[in-house]
Amino acid sequence: MRKLLIWLPLGMFLIFLVVFAGGLISPESKTIPSKLIGKPMPRFALAPALPGKPGLSSAELANGQPHLVNVFASWCIPCIAEAPQLRQLAEAGVPVYGIAIRDRPEDLARFIQRNGDPFRAIGGDPNSSVQIALGSSGVPETFIVDGRGIIRKQHIGAINPEDVPGIMTALGDVK
Amino acid sequence: MRGHLQFILGPGRGIIRRMVERARLLGTIGCAQSHAPCTAARSPSPCRGGLFAALLLVFASPVLADSLMPAAKYADVQLADPAQEKQAKALMETIRCLVCQGQSIADSNAEMAGDMRALIRTRIEAGEKPEAIRAWLIERYGDWVSFKPPLDGLTWPLYLLPVAFLGLGIWIVSGRLKRRRKG
Repeated sequence: MRKLLIWLPLGMFLIFLVVFAGGLISPESKTIPSKLIGKPMPRFALAPALPGKPGLSSAELANGQPHLVNVFASWCIPCIAEAPQLRQLAEAGVPVYGIAIRDRPEDLARFIQRNGDPFRAIGGDPNSSVQIALGSSGVPETFIVDGRGIIRKQHIGAINPEDVPGIMTALGDVK
Repeated sequence: MRGHLQFILGPGRGIIRRMVERARLLGTIGCAQSHAPCTAARSPSPCRGGLFAALLLVFASPVLADSLMPAAKYADVQLADPAQEKQAKALMETIRCLVCQGQSIADSNAEMAGDMRALIRTRIEAGEKPEAIRAWLIERYGDWVSFKPPLDGLTWPLYLLPVAFLGLGIWIVSGRLKRRRKG
């Protein structure tokens, strides 16, 4: 028994070493989901991000219809990649609302011109305050909000073509 | 001779300077706010290809990963009241950056960290208590966002094990000392 115990510290050290090396070789990188899923949309009122297009307030989102709230930015590359999928969803009749993070009207106008405009309204969030209030940790992120304004699902990262059916189903489920 | 030496050394130094610049760029990319589909830090599996991914990273432009807007007013400006600034700073040091996940927002140069610093300073200036702001952030991002984990069913070893190990150490040492005195 005593002989075995002598090896215990070395064994513990080796376990520590393996854990440590594992962390170094493939560092943990987590996506942080918002804790607001199942809770009402935080209250906000954002000014229009583009002249001639309405801004966005949380009150408008509780209009009895499920919809998508897309957190995006003109300077965000994956947002370009998901633009065709957002257009596709909008063409299928899904109301898509945008929150533009740290964006300037001229950049946003160029982005919309180049990548299409699936948005019914775009609110400008110049200091990320609504993004932080939503528990979102980057762009792009898309929230599925039901007709009562409750956040039902969060899609982190770009919406790829294979994600579209899942989003359509989720929208049907929250109806 | 001298001219030749300069000719040989000249481009060499240029390369080193460029390497340093690249390294700096890499630093910025590591803190990009966008959920990029493939960066070494975010999703390791598709990047395992190695060299190609590394090359992509080296030639990626950080300008496209951050916005063109200037930092928020209070991101890098202290509050006028030193007592309030002290409170804000203490809180910022224990709030985790969502983008550079190993850093506090006080240390991170990510844009979102700057916006979070500005949010904290603005709220402290308006008279909100630091712990209320921490609770507000935890409500949104979970305990993960705070570097001060609460004592609960999952985290108790974090608080109790150091005490237990200290007790164990005292017990072992005192046993040895007693034995030595006897011997």
